Amino acid sequence: MDALDVARWQFGVTTVYHFLFVPLTIGLSVLVAILQTMWHRTGNEKYLKLTRFYGKLFLINFAMGVVTGIVQEFQFGMNWSDYSRFVGDIFGAPLAIEALVAFFLESTFIGLWIFGWDRLPKRLHLASIWAAAIGTNLSAYFILAANSFMQNPVGYRINPQTGRAELTDFVAVLTNKVALITFPHTIAGAFLVAGSLLVAVAIWHLMRNRDSADTPAYRFAATFGSWVTLLAAAAVVITGDIQGKIMTQVQPMKMAAAEGLYTTESPASFSVLTVGSLDGTRELFAIKIPYLLSYLGTGDPNGTVHGINDLQAQYASQYGPGSYTPIIPVTYWSFRFMIAFGLAAAAIALLVLWTHRKGRTPTSSWLLRAGLVMPLLPLLANSFGWIFTEMGRQPWIVFGEMLTRDGVSRSVSLTEVLTSFTAFTLIYATLAVVEFKLLVRYAKAGVPDVTPQPEPDDTDDAERPLAFAY
Amino acid sequence: MELTTIWFLLVAALFTGYFILEGFDFGVGMLLPVLGRDDRERRVLINTIGPVWDGNEVWLITAGGAMFAAFPEWYATLFSGFYLPLLLILLALIARGVAFEYRHKRPEASWKRRWDAAIVVGSVVPALLWGVAFANILRGVPLDADHEYVGGLLDLLNPYALLGGATTAALFLTHGAVFLALKTVGDIRERAAALAARLGVAAAVLAVAFLSWTLSIRSSATAVVFAAGAALALLGGLAAARARREGWAFTGTAVAIGLAVATLFAALFPTVLPSTLDAAGTLTAGNAASTPYTLKIMTWVAVVFAPIVLAYQGWTYWVFRKRIGVAHIPQH
Ligand code: HDD
Ligand code: HEM
Ligand code: HEM
Repeated sequence: MDALDVARWQFGVTTVYHFLFVPLTIGLSVLVAILQTMWHRTGNEKYLKLTRFYGKLFLINFAMGVVTGIVQEFQFGMNWSDYSRFVGDIFGAPLAIEALVAFFLESTFIGLWIFGWDRLPKRLHLASIWAAAIGTNLSAYFILAANSFMQNPVGYRINPQTGRAELTDFVAVLTNKVALITFPHTIAGAFLVAGSLLVAVAIWHLMRNRDSADTPAYRFAATFGSWVTLLAAAAVVITGDIQGKIMTQVQPMKMAAAEGLYTTESPASFSVLTVGSLDGTRELFAIKIPYLLSYLGTGDPNGTVHGINDLQAQYASQYGPGSYTPIIPVTYWSFRFMIAFGLAAAAIALLVLWTHRKGRTPTSSWLLRAGLVMPLLPLLANSFGWIFTEMGRQPWIVFGEMLTRDGVSRSVSLTEVLTSFTAFTLIYATLAVVEFKLLVRYAKAGVPDVTPQPEPDDTDDAERPLAFAY
Repeated sequence: MELTTIWFLLVAALFTGYFILEGFDFGVGMLLPVLGRDDRERRVLINTIGPVWDGNEVWLITAGGAMFAAFPEWYATLFSGFYLPLLLILLALIARGVAFEYRHKRPEASWKRRWDAAIVVGSVVPALLWGVAFANILRGVPLDADHEYVGGLLDLLNPYALLGGATTAALFLTHGAVFLALKTVGDIRERAAALAARLGVAAAVLAVAFLSWTLSIRSSATAVVFAAGAALALLGGLAAARARREGWAFTGTAVAIGLAVATLFAALFPTVLPSTLDAAGTLTAGNAASTPYTLKIMTWVAVVFAPIVLAYQGWTYWVFRKRIGVAHIPQH
């Protein structure tokens, strides 16, 4: 074990962790804004209750997204300083712009929204949550553009004197074809999580208490969340399909690794499940769909998909001797888990819609159980998607330009990285338990009472308690 | 003006803004057990910064991003070199950020006590360590010819840097107390004002010592003017605090912190990280910078968006301008 391995583990753990909170923030901010807008439009209290209720869950989650994000921002300098030196000219710009354009917007307006219920005019208060939601979604674009540069470097040249990458075309970086498709795919993945959360919480309340004053609110949340989930699933599949084609062009090795495809095939079949020897070189059992991989990769059912062996030989002659193959079992399984877990959530959403059709209420307890695990499924799908994307890029940190092992900080010792890795893992694990318990507690508490309290006559305006306080 | 100079100024401005803004909310965090005698009072303190602390912290994130974009060498060398102090700062910011949001989420006293501790530790640690870090930037650190940090942790814990840490902590404490006197009513306001007057003396002594030492290490005409200005602003602020002119007192401590940070940057310019070993290792605004093309794009972005950000952030402070006291804290 050396500092490089620990730095990689640390990056993996902290980023996957950050991305447990990010999808909910992205999706729920918009859904809460929509709910509040519906309350404005209709004056129906059920939407206000849902806004407050899901808004609270949103905030519990948001806090974790913020604090784990700060670590990400500084980690490039701490553990990956040679990488930072190499790409700083290009990579720093989207990060800085993200902070200036997006993070300020969302953090400021979230504050206004949380504390502004009685301080802002209603319309301005509604505008605050929309501003925060827009900021959140905007922030995803810039960071994904930065990540896309690592997958498919564009708009740069290598300075022969310094050996560093220099920006030549910023528009090309922002309109990287990988970024343009990664953004909708990731956002869709986020809405899959947020929609599922809406459903899960609502189902739990509906099945415990079938006839309360709040039943209409939960019914609405369950069906609305299911529709969001289904639409998001459709978007994820469509964008994922396009992403597969772009990936085959720019990182053919990743596609081959996703499939465990060792030899070049045309046409290539998609493996639904392959059981092979541990290193993946020998196949013991396989279920395959003919032509599908060719279609997924090239858009043509008879198209050629290059195999790992050919690509490895090609890269070795292009970049010098060495292994250019990612860890195949990881890419193979993470790709499948991403798809399977996401589609499972969509299937549950369909079931929820069916059992709630035309005012019906389901009785089966297994639907309740399925509903409860529902948000975990797309969350796992997101994690596996990212693990696939990032591990599938290995051994490159910037594809074709810099190897991961060359990006690590030279001045940081194994002890230091071990210290930070242990510290982050411990604090993150503790906070995970705390946050999960809080979410469950507040989800169970149900929608709040929103009937205005009668004002005591003897307190004058200046002494009246705040509508919300920490 | 050269683009690298503009970006040096912008990074300096971002850190200055960060220390002025997060300075008072670190102060409030540190004073939580001192000025908040019971749960309701502690909630008053926390709610004075509740709506704004996250926006204040984004100044740091933007400063980090701007450093990365404009001076990647500086960003890379500094944060890999100051590894453990930065780690402690990050852990503190994590604990503190979550604590503000989660503290009131359960009624048990033990729950609140734990988060109160997280807020206090999460505020003390960065308040101290930012001073240590910036003092070391000014003093210089061992860098080899490749600009790699070759020192250890102990190199960072020298007397000058420790004085720097004590100074930022004392300044933020005073700034926080002055802020609380401005933002609260009743008993808390009285106690905050009394405390500010006492803390201010210690802060003034430390700040004068630290800034004098700073100017003896590295100096420029501008730096001397800024340092003198910082001292005057602090004294003015303290006088205003004693006279219970709370708005002026807060202006005084804010300007003092701003000018003190500006002193460091003015003394440093055009160097960004001096090497105590090989002179070739010294990083300057020139050799640490990105290409002019990147700097030009970033300049346009800053010109367009910085005023917008300042406008809406300023407006937030206006929206939440009212003083609060125990009567304003709802039961739940
Ligand atoms: C709920 C989450 C979810 C679901 C159901 C899917 N994906 Fe996905 N996928 C992601 C969430 C995700 C992700 C976590 O958001 C990733 C990681 C990086 C990215 O761009 O999106 C990802 C990456 C990713 C990549 C890698 C892109 C690259 O490395 O360049 C491909 C090819 C696909 N996806 C394709 C698909 C297909 C064909 C799907 C279904 C049929 C699918 N995804 C379902
Ligand atoms: C969009 C912004 C992102 C950027 C700029 C980014 C950048 C990086 C960098 C610099 C590394 C370390 C070097 C390496 O090991 O290749 C890395 C590795 C990794 N990242 Fe990302 N990442 C991003 C998003 C994510 C997300 C959202 C996840 C997961 C949810 C993720 C998962 C991982 C994993 C698992 C590794 C370890 C891979 C390995 O070392 O084998 N990344 N990424
Ligand atoms: C590894 C690269 C990443 C870095 C450097 C990074 C940086 C940050 C930072 C600094 C914050 C805190 C912002 C605040 O205080 O308000 C944050 C939060 C957040 N990030 Fe990340 N992040 C990374 C990966 C991602 C990815 C891949 C996405 C989305 C696709 C994302 C989206 C968000 C969102 C939605 C939040 C929620 C809270 C907030 O923005 O304030 N981040 N991130």
